[in-house]
Amino acid sequence: MSADFEWPIGRRLWVAFLVVPPLAFTAAFVVLPILSAFVYAFYHWEGLKRVDFVGLRNFADVLFRDPWAATTWRAFGHNVIVFVSLMAVQNGVGFLLAYALSRQLPGHRFHRVAVFLPVILSSVIVALLWKQFLHPIFGLLNKTLGLVGFGTVTTPWLGLSETALWALIIVNAWHWVGFPTLVFLAGIQRIPPDIIEAARLDGVSEWQLVRRIIWPLVAPSATVTFILLFIGAFNWFELPYLMVGLEGSPYGTTDVLGLYFYRTAFGNQSSGTQDFGHGSALAVLMFLFVAVVSAVWTIRLRRREIEL
Amino acid sequence: MSAAEARGRAPGGPTLDLLLQVLLVANSFVMLFPILMMAVWGFKTTGEIFGKPFAPPDFANIANYVTVLTETNFFTYLGNSLFVTGTSILLILTLGTMAAYGIARYDFRGNVAVYLFFLAGLMVPLKLAIIPLFIQMRDLGLLDSRIGLIVVYTAMGLPSAVFIMTGFLRTLPKELEDAARIDGASDARIMLSVMLPLARPAMVIAAIHNAVPIWNDFFFPLVFVQTDARKTLPQGLTAFMGEYTTNWGVLFAGLTLSALPITLLYILLSRQFIQGMTSGALK
Repeated sequence: MSADFEWPIGRRLWVAFLVVPPLAFTAAFVVLPILSAFVYAFYHWEGLKRVDFVGLRNFADVLFRDPWAATTWRAFGHNVIVFVSLMAVQNGVGFLLAYALSRQLPGHRFHRVAVFLPVILSSVIVALLWKQFLHPIFGLLNKTLGLVGFGTVTTPWLGLSETALWALIIVNAWHWVGFPTLVFLAGIQRIPPDIIEAARLDGVSEWQLVRRIIWPLVAPSATVTFILLFIGAFNWFELPYLMVGLEGSPYGTTDVLGLYFYRTAFGNQSSGTQDFGHGSALAVLMFLFVAVVSAVWTIRLRRREIEL
Repeated sequence: MSAAEARGRAPGGPTLDLLLQVLLVANSFVMLFPILMMAVWGFKTTGEIFGKPFAPPDFANIANYVTVLTETNFFTYLGNSLFVTGTSILLILTLGTMAAYGIARYDFRGNVAVYLFFLAGLMVPLKLAIIPLFIQMRDLGLLDSRIGLIVVYTAMGLPSAVFIMTGFLRTLPKELEDAARIDGASDARIMLSVMLPLARPAMVIAAIHNAVPIWNDFFFPLVFVQTDARKTLPQGLTAFMGEYTTNWGVLFAGLTLSALPITLLYILLSRQFIQGMTSGALK
């Protein structure tokens, strides 16, 4: 390779032509908006107009001053519940399914395609479909429960404070479980077969094999899956917005940060006020929280990975 | 003995395999049954859905599907989605391949910095920058327009395209390039005629990796687009669901028709879809 100062001018122009337009585009529509969000959070806004520099006041408001703070922390608590539950349900079931698929049982190709089918559908289709299916009287779920003799447990799932958030979590798991499944499956299939064989020849039980060999060797795919779920759970918006509305009905029991951010920034049906100052502060805090936790967590998880 | 055989004849015995098989079948049923019922209920009247939900429908009764296609703006939404997704992917692939080719094949000063710059873009959820983007789009006169959506989607997709394409282009042998250069081919000619034809598989992966989220996106149109004639399919679907709240047959026909294009494509190209969508998660 020659250093570029020795290159003919033509080649230098050619490389600039290749690299500069994509760089400029990314700078204008990714980097600039992100940096602007930080700047905006330090101002007081009236509608679409930036008015006064207010320092950290917007941040202080959404974190420590009611009416903002109460909503922020309640929503944050729900995001934590969503994240922990999905971690168990989506990734737990995902790993189990991946292990089952990796055993190449009859029909495994069909099952692989089936588990990923909901993943390719839009959140809008999934949300609207399940909203109908969870209808208290005519929904598919309650009809099915009635059919198999569980008619007594039929409930207006999305209408009750106790069940609404869980209904959303389960629908989200139905939508996405295929993703971790196939990421884990790819991880399992990359384990050199002689490692597995050697363990089997040594007479290791299947449980020990999964626990001590397959799981540790799949750790790299697990790291990415965990982080992606973490980012997704704390930016959760479309599914709750379409199934329970912007206010997180019933009575705010399904309110999450994504909904609160959107309400604050763009107003809701009842009050069309836009508050870009507090909205930006919320966005920046969500961004920092996700970025810092993801970074720290990635570094910790990477330590326990084994290079193959 | 191949890996598949080693696993196929795994110990753990027939009991374990039976349990796992039951799990897989049950899971596939849970995944597919709701989607199947969605299509089936599209063939029923609302009365039939409420009264006999599990009875087989009269598949000749396509009235609900006809209603969706003739009495709603379904084709407008579909056209908008095709235009927005298609143009965005074209731009993402063009710009992404240019940057990736520059990074992967030329050792210029600042090469690593440029690569890291795009890599940083991978970590950023652009949704959180929606307020500045909204103001930027307003200043550019791109609010409530399909072009505005295309600009945002291209920005959103570029980092991952650069990442996927750079990884692939680095693996192509230097000898090909040198041989073509000795034959007197220009840099542009080498790129277009020698290297890029070999990079087609990576382009498919980069295209699908971005096309699925863009095709399915609801958030950016929700914020940017108000005019009905400019709405994309996911957004148009919510408008139309509001209109037919009590007519369940038409609702399910509408959902089924919206899911149809991508589902058919997925069944045809399931391997590429799975690879493309999980490629961000695999080293």
